[in-house]
Amino acid sequence: MAKYYWNEYQKTIADDKYFYERSCIRQTFFPGSETAFLRIVREELGKDIYDEMNQHTCTGIGYHADVVPLETTMTVVARLFSLMKDAGYTNYVPSCVTSFGVFSEMVEIWNHQPETLEKTRDYLRKATGREFDIPLNLVHPSDIIYKYRFELKDKMKYALVNRFTGKPLQVVEHIGCHYAKIFPEKGVGKAEFPHVLAGMIEAWGGEVVDYPERRHCCGFGFRHYLLQSNRGYSIANTKKKFESMEPFEPDFIVANCPGCTMFMDKWQYTIAEMEHKTYDKDGYGIPVLTYEEMAGLLLGYNPWELGLQLHQVQSEILLDKIGIPYDPKEKYKAADGRILPKPERPNNLLV
Amino acid sequence: MSNFGFNISNTRVISMDECNMGNVERLHLEVPSFKRCISCGACSATCSAHQFTDFNIRKLHNLYRRGQYAGLQEELKACMLCGKCTLVCPRGVNLRSMIINMRKILYEANKR
Repeated sequence: MAKYYWNEYQKTIADDKYFYERSCIRQTFFPGSETAFLRIVREELGKDIYDEMNQHTCTGIGYHADVVPLETTMTVVARLFSLMKDAGYTNYVPSCVTSFGVFSEMVEIWNHQPETLEKTRDYLRKATGREFDIPLNLVHPSDIIYKYRFELKDKMKYALVNRFTGKPLQVVEHIGCHYAKIFPEKGVGKAEFPHVLAGMIEAWGGEVVDYPERRHCCGFGFRHYLLQSNRGYSIANTKKKFESMEPFEPDFIVANCPGCTMFMDKWQYTIAEMEHKTYDKDGYGIPVLTYEEMAGLLLGYNPWELGLQLHQVQSEILLDKIGIPYDPKEKYKAADGRILPKPERPNNLLV
Repeated sequence: MSNFGFNISNTRVISMDECNMGNVERLHLEVPSFKRCISCGACSATCSAHQFTDFNIRKLHNLYRRGQYAGLQEELKACMLCGKCTLVCPRGVNLRSMIINMRKILYEANKR
């Protein structure tokens, strides 16, 4: 019964005309993902999505680390919404799960407290002279890929199938906590059985790994990570998840949150350095992809243009399993054609 | 090992399969009010022994309830059975009787 519980709840996802807001950390750590998302929406799905150049932080990390006050966050969020109003859009699509949570929270507060909404309008007017509207539809980009997963499947060149064995790839899906744990009704399948990534994996030929710590936090946790002395708590959470998924021998992990992708990727290096432990059989680690990278790979996009070489855990073994061709010589080729120096090798994690 | 300036914290997990919960049930039969505790700590705050030693009724109660008996028998000896904890308990737990019975049950369990 639990397997089909998500069917009971679906959220409203707008069909077209999206206003896109980028993430602060994704562009640094997974720079190909957002470009891939825009390409998929525009070229594969033929939808209108606006990429605003004057956008800025939502204050998410500062807000959750208690260094940015609530009123400031509300005003900054209001300014972002004012950019959407100026561009003539009503469907807001923030790239980051933290931003998605922050926006959902601010809209919820404004809906419950009209006087706070008026106060925010006043703050924004005084600070910038701008006006804003609350979005009619607020969705995460993974919702849009989920909505059009079958349309995308028809255009895909590859499937999540191991070409050597013919069996579906075993995929761990990890949903960012702020996607549906704050406001369950904002997530496809709510908080307990979010289907947003599982739906993509199943539609594209893979098999979802249902392991005991599937819904556990990735270990980011904002304040738990920001201070170096506290990072032992952060990595302990990630380790707990890896230990739980290890017996299922996953082929890769896919996440829809910038923090989760980053931490589950980079902490594998840290754990390997600290404890000489990797969670795959051969010592290469488990590749961690964003959902745009997963979709882009299956659509036949160049893995190096998607930025897979910038991940800590390298994905050549996964590419070989799916049968995606790649040129090792182009791995560190810059956009202007220069060959960049190879990164330093970790001591214990094989690359 | 590379020095990152922090270590991986050990997850504190209690394996209930390895705990002998029979002692908890025995105590519950002897002192039914034992399970009414809300861990407020009023008992420890008023405890005379706690003023001068590490004796902590709230801690002992929590450890016992989770089936973690290591070292409890020795710690329980610090109680002077004055009964002040029983007087202040907002949930009416018979703490004096609880301590006496904990001593008895653990003594018999360790004798075997």
